[in-house]
Amino acid sequence: MRKTIFIIAALVFGGLMLGALDSIHPFGEPGNVPMDEYFLHHALEDRSSENVVTSIVFDYRGFDTIGEAAVLFTAVCSVLALFREGAKK
Amino acid sequence: MTVGNMPFLVVGILFLMGVLAILREKNLIKIAIGISIIESAVNMLLITLGYRLSGDIPVYFLSGDVDVMVMPTPQALTLTAIVIALATSALMLSVIMLIYKHYGTLNVDELRRLRG
Amino acid sequence: MKPLSIVVRTCCDMFAWFMVVFGSYVIIHGDVTPGGGFQGGAIVATFMALLLVAYGGEKVLSWVKFSFYNGLLIVGLLLFLLFGFSGMANSFFYNFLAVPEAVALAGGAHGIIPPSGTIALMDIAVGIEVTGGLTLILLYMFKGTRMFNLIEMGGETGHDSR
Repeated sequence: MRKTIFIIAALVFGGLMLGALDSIHPFGEPGNVPMDEYFLHHALEDRSSENVVTSIVFDYRGFDTIGEAAVLFTAVCSVLALFREGAKK
Repeated sequence: MTVGNMPFLVVGILFLMGVLAILREKNLIKIAIGISIIESAVNMLLITLGYRLSGDIPVYFLSGDVDVMVMPTPQALTLTAIVIALATSALMLSVIMLIYKHYGTLNVDELRRLRG
Repeated sequence: MKPLSIVVRTCCDMFAWFMVVFGSYVIIHGDVTPGGGFQGGAIVATFMALLLVAYGGEKVLSWVKFSFYNGLLIVGLLLFLLFGFSGMANSFFYNFLAVPEAVALAGGAHGIIPPSGTIALMDIAVGIEVTGGLTLILLYMFKGTRMFNLIEMGGETGHDSR
């Protein structure tokens, strides 16, 4: 009984998700392009950096990189705190 | 048979395999592997969203003077997502090690019955 | 843990320091070729992973200094925030060292700082932080496996009979 409900629910969930993924946009023609066109045309003239992805990560969207560095720092501090030697009495 | 929307369907099947691993497995480490598969599938979806047909790499040093380059913004977002997946993986495995040291077993059914 | 056989140790000796040099190349050329801070930092962290696998736990843990990698982690994050606050005259995170391409080709760039300004300098800061962070995670998780008693779990395979 439980196996039947599980299989039906899995088929419904899988079918709905694959149908949603099929209708995002045709593969190869993205929808919103004007922001990326601005990045591609102005990254070399204004900043003279040839790697457009790095200039997005560190300059145009640098605020997200601060959050990511903080997440990495917090993860390292948590692993350190879990494996500490306790005080022996 | 042309490519069509095949990359999106592959990502969906990978995600479903990860969800199946989380729901049906009894060992804690196999559940952690399933979570890692789900995170990899989401990163792949982010990258395939930004492809343009006959586009080139968005680095001027390697591709020179071309008209069409792929969109660089999803690649910048995927960098952050990969680092966050690494952080959650490291913490999950550390907690699993401490559970094994304290309880002596890694089976999910037995862990629910032990107290303290 | 005991060291592995002589073949594995020789291969590790050949590749360990090469990883440090290659990782530094990927970090420093972050604004010209694909790569950057995060990718290069992960490559440099495989130096410690190679040494841990080939030489065993007792030798490596008696030789490594934890305060060095702690210092790398903290210095990287502080340098990154310092570059963020330096351009505070206009706004937070303003690229105050960048030189436009037309001016740089005509010979108006600074001497040693690349014409892309704070992009290249922040790359190096993040690379230092990721190196220290990933190496610390590796070392502490390895120290945590030594709280288990390995003899009663069946032992390990692949070692010399030493």
